[in-house]
Amino acid sequence: MAEWIDACSADDIDAEDVIRFDNGGRTFIIVRDHEDNYYCTDGLCTHEEIHLSDGLVVENTIECPKHSSIFNLANGEVETPPACENLHTYPTRVEDGRVFVEI
Amino acid sequence: MPRDYSLLGPDAERAVTDGLVTEAWYRTPIDRKTMKSLMKRADQPAVRDTMILFGCMILFAGIAVALMPSWWSAPFWLAYGVFYGSAMDSRWHECGHGTAFKTRWMNKIVYHIASFCMIRDPYCWKFSHARHHSDTIIVGRDPEVAIMRPVVALKMMANLFGIMDAIDGVRRMAVHGAGRILPDEADYMEEVFFPKTILTARVWLAIYGATIAAALIYQSWIPLLLIGLPRLYGAWHMVLCGWLQHGGLADNVLDHRLNCRTVYMNPVSRFLYWNMNYHVEHHMFPLVPYYRLPDLHEACKFDFPAPNTSFADGYAEMLPALWRQRKEPDFHLRRPLPETATPYHDGPRAQAA
Repeated sequence: MAEWIDACSADDIDAEDVIRFDNGGRTFIIVRDHEDNYYCTDGLCTHEEIHLSDGLVVENTIECPKHSSIFNLANGEVETPPACENLHTYPTRVEDGRVFVEI
Repeated sequence: MPRDYSLLGPDAERAVTDGLVTEAWYRTPIDRKTMKSLMKRADQPAVRDTMILFGCMILFAGIAVALMPSWWSAPFWLAYGVFYGSAMDSRWHECGHGTAFKTRWMNKIVYHIASFCMIRDPYCWKFSHARHHSDTIIVGRDPEVAIMRPVVALKMMANLFGIMDAIDGVRRMAVHGAGRILPDEADYMEEVFFPKTILTARVWLAIYGATIAAALIYQSWIPLLLIGLPRLYGAWHMVLCGWLQHGGLADNVLDHRLNCRTVYMNPVSRFLYWNMNYHVEHHMFPLVPYYRLPDLHEACKFDFPAPNTSFADGYAEMLPALWRQRKEPDFHLRRPLPETATPYHDGPRAQAA
């Protein structure tokens, strides 16, 4: 069952940046966009399982560091191939300077 | 050991069982802040370069057409051809990565124009190039190996004029136009893009058909010298640069420092080639745009073999190795690393040997 987990401090992530977050044997990314919105998605690209934490955040998208697939962080949708499968996203909230994710 | 470069042959299977199809490629450690700044996109450099490129093409083609049928038109055709048959390769490449422009639609437009010039289906080649980055020079996996072993010198000479590549491009375009996708393409491409590939081929066939018809109707070479033939007579610069990327270096390894080459080049070649002479850097960090590759090169220097200092230096290193690979396909160059570097990561096949 999904539960809310304290993932990191909101300040751990710069604007338009990403960090890797491993939990329960799975890997996720926590992203802060240009307007200080926070997102959590699966950490591996759906194309070839590359760690997205090395990717490029532009506004509310993340680009895979290897093949340049671009995903929308709000809904996980693929915006640019070669990935064809959407990224799984998880509810995220910020409370008292901490980022919580429901995974 | 004999090599089978087919994507559906025994070497493809062997690459998987030997553990060469993996994400465990070596990457030079660079701190996130530096990397983030290196990956940052801008429109300005690529807009400027694209305006220069298309401006030169219009200018040279205009002068060449005006001087026809005099032989004085020849140097202008040759200049136009290099922009069409060589510079478009690097535009295809960089815009395919989506790194040239910050604005996505600009990448898309230049990518489609360049794909047409190079006779490379934009969808097939998007996936083919993704595979090239996943499995760089892994025999049986990489669909973009320019120099296969054993090296056949005649084949390389033919490609200096784009002949082998153009024949392959036209063949694939004809197959796609007939509504089919080749088995190797189906191996690396997502099925959802097949209809787009087929439609693209039909549009391109119509353009080439109209070009040939215009040449016949007007009894003139001009339409063909403008569209299609520059892919042959202008390919030489792309090919000379392209051979240096991986030629004479290792295959079946998991370290781009072993299978890619960085070569310092003159400013004209760097403009035509959009800085792909920094090839180790590009393969290790493909999100870095071409105009930041010199900075990335500086950041990685401590961990990379010394770059070749010029075209001539690169060829002086590569050609003897290629000559030897005609008879000894297992031979490859292994360049020394600086003392500050992490040792080479040869990968599972070298460890097993």
